Amino acid sequence: MPEVAAVKTSVSEAVVPEVAAPRRPNIIARFFRTLRLPVNDPFAVAGLVIYLIFIATAIFADSIATHDPTEILYTPSYDLAADLRPGQDGFLMGTTSLGRDVFSQLIHGSRSALLIGVTAAFMVALIGSIIGLVAGYFGRWVDAVLMRLADIAFGIPFLPFVIVLAAFLKPSIWNVVLAMALVLWRDTARVIRSQVLTLRTRGYVEAARVAGSSDFRIILRHIAPNILPLSFLYGSIAIGWAILTEASISFLGFGDPDSISWGYMLQDAFASQALAKQAYYWFVPPGVCIILVVSAGFFITRGYENILFPKLNR
Amino acid sequence: MSNFKAVGSRLLQLAFVLWAVVTILFLMFRLMPGNPMAAYIDPTFTLEQQQQLMAQFGLDKPLWQQYLIYLGNLLQGELGQSFRYRAPVGERIFELLPNTLILTFSSLIVAYAFGILAGAYLAWRRGSWVEQAAIPMVLTTRAMPEFWLGMVLLAIFSFSLGWFPAGGTRNPGAEYSGLLDLYTSRDFLAHLALPAATLAIYSQGLPLLLMRSNMLDVMKEDFVTMARIKGLSNWTVVVRHAARNALLPVMTSFAIAVGYQLQGNVVVESVFSWPGLGRELVNAVAASDYPLAQGAFLMIALVVIFMNLLADLLYAFLDPRISHA
Repeated sequence: MPEVAAVKTSVSEAVVPEVAAPRRPNIIARFFRTLRLPVNDPFAVAGLVIYLIFIATAIFADSIATHDPTEILYTPSYDLAADLRPGQDGFLMGTTSLGRDVFSQLIHGSRSALLIGVTAAFMVALIGSIIGLVAGYFGRWVDAVLMRLADIAFGIPFLPFVIVLAAFLKPSIWNVVLAMALVLWRDTARVIRSQVLTLRTRGYVEAARVAGSSDFRIILRHIAPNILPLSFLYGSIAIGWAILTEASISFLGFGDPDSISWGYMLQDAFASQALAKQAYYWFVPPGVCIILVVSAGFFITRGYENILFPKLNR
Repeated sequence: MSNFKAVGSRLLQLAFVLWAVVTILFLMFRLMPGNPMAAYIDPTFTLEQQQQLMAQFGLDKPLWQQYLIYLGNLLQGELGQSFRYRAPVGERIFELLPNTLILTFSSLIVAYAFGILAGAYLAWRRGSWVEQAAIPMVLTTRAMPEFWLGMVLLAIFSFSLGWFPAGGTRNPGAEYSGLLDLYTSRDFLAHLALPAATLAIYSQGLPLLLMRSNMLDVMKEDFVTMARIKGLSNWTVVVRHAARNALLPVMTSFAIAVGYQLQGNVVVESVFSWPGLGRELVNAVAASDYPLAQGAFLMIALVVIFMNLLADLLYAFLDPRISHA
């Protein structure tokens, strides 16, 4: 899957360039070992499979979708194809009140979900990891300043913050990513910081310091690889958060009107009285898709926790 | 004595966070597109009103002076005039706050009662098929968009079966002599049922998972083994000895949950047209009623910040082993 490969390489380049250095022939194997994917937990494997299907759907959305998701469609008898039930006139999952194909919208919705989920998770994991690393490693006033920033971030109610931000900025799917990057790094940063606090007293870090390694080198070479799985863990939680947040924001009407997302579909259905019309085929599928993708993230996360913190494994 | 010092420094931190959030709010609403005066003055206000607000918030002065005036006004609880309601923002917010609090607390109490019992049960039945099936189900409820769950419940129980009303807090035309009268009426409770159920289904996962993992920790402790050696029944060991101790951290998480719930309320209140703070925030932002949006945001932030503090203090108070460092 090119998208995943691209993201993973950029993670490795940003946090641990050494791992990605060209002179190592087995970098991919090494990288996957560093990530320690949870392949022994059946739920985690199910989660990974859901992710793969989700990513494939997003990539091949154009070929899978039967119609243009924004096009207003007509029945063979030239009537507006509005509020058709699933299967009627060949519309797999029925149509919306404006005559758009539900199935195609659902398929295309995976694109914005993937885009927002992956970029937001990447930003949250990256910013949180860097802040946690710097605060934990340098300590003293650097730590104090950064952790007070985290306190502030914890004091900001997230969803209201996204709403205000989305209302003041141009409607765009990136508002959610921006808001998450501004606020949600806090959890990652705190956890990584406390991990770094224990790591930096380890013998090999001390040895590297005595041997004259620079701070920069110690962080990248000796500490960052050890917290990479934790960053990945928090990143995979953030994917779910991003998708849920985007759905909420779109539902409340602050989303990007030009992009089809699952939240947009739900807002459209809600505003078009789909509940009173009993149009379950319209508003149930987007919710199920969100649940599948977000809970897949949770299952992978749980598999991870069992590997990272075997004490919790029960 | 060190406890006093610790609480003192935590309060100092609280004051700092409050100041920072208030400042961010100020900047956010000043950096929005358009006329900076739009944050307080609606073009349809009378000239007299406009001038009064100009003076009250110092809108003709440089930004830093506006900021000081803004802080001063906040300290006196002055939030400006709502554009849509033509009334002080503070008044409107305190009108809506009870609705939000009732929704939040009723759903959280149900969620915690269920979560604690189910969590303790799952810890007790650890490794059984019940547990194997229940945990993924609980995780799935955490993965639901809350508003979607609300939509599904609405479609089934309101539009399909007609058991519950579709939105609001009371039937149109219903009159009540007072708030207490309203809140205890059948009418109000019927309106409350679906939104509260939505939030409760979403929230029960946190206490459930917490309770379960705490129970598993506690069951390994010496005093539980001791109770078993004494020959006490399984029930006595689990309920009287283990559950009581596992309960403490779950209760402190209640405070944090109130803060989180208040944010989640924003969408659920919108689905059920529940006249609370969250829905008001959404409507105010959508209608460019900036003073009201600012006030609602501030109120939600206040509750979140105080609940975080409460959780910290409760945690240290209930479990003296936690140091304040």
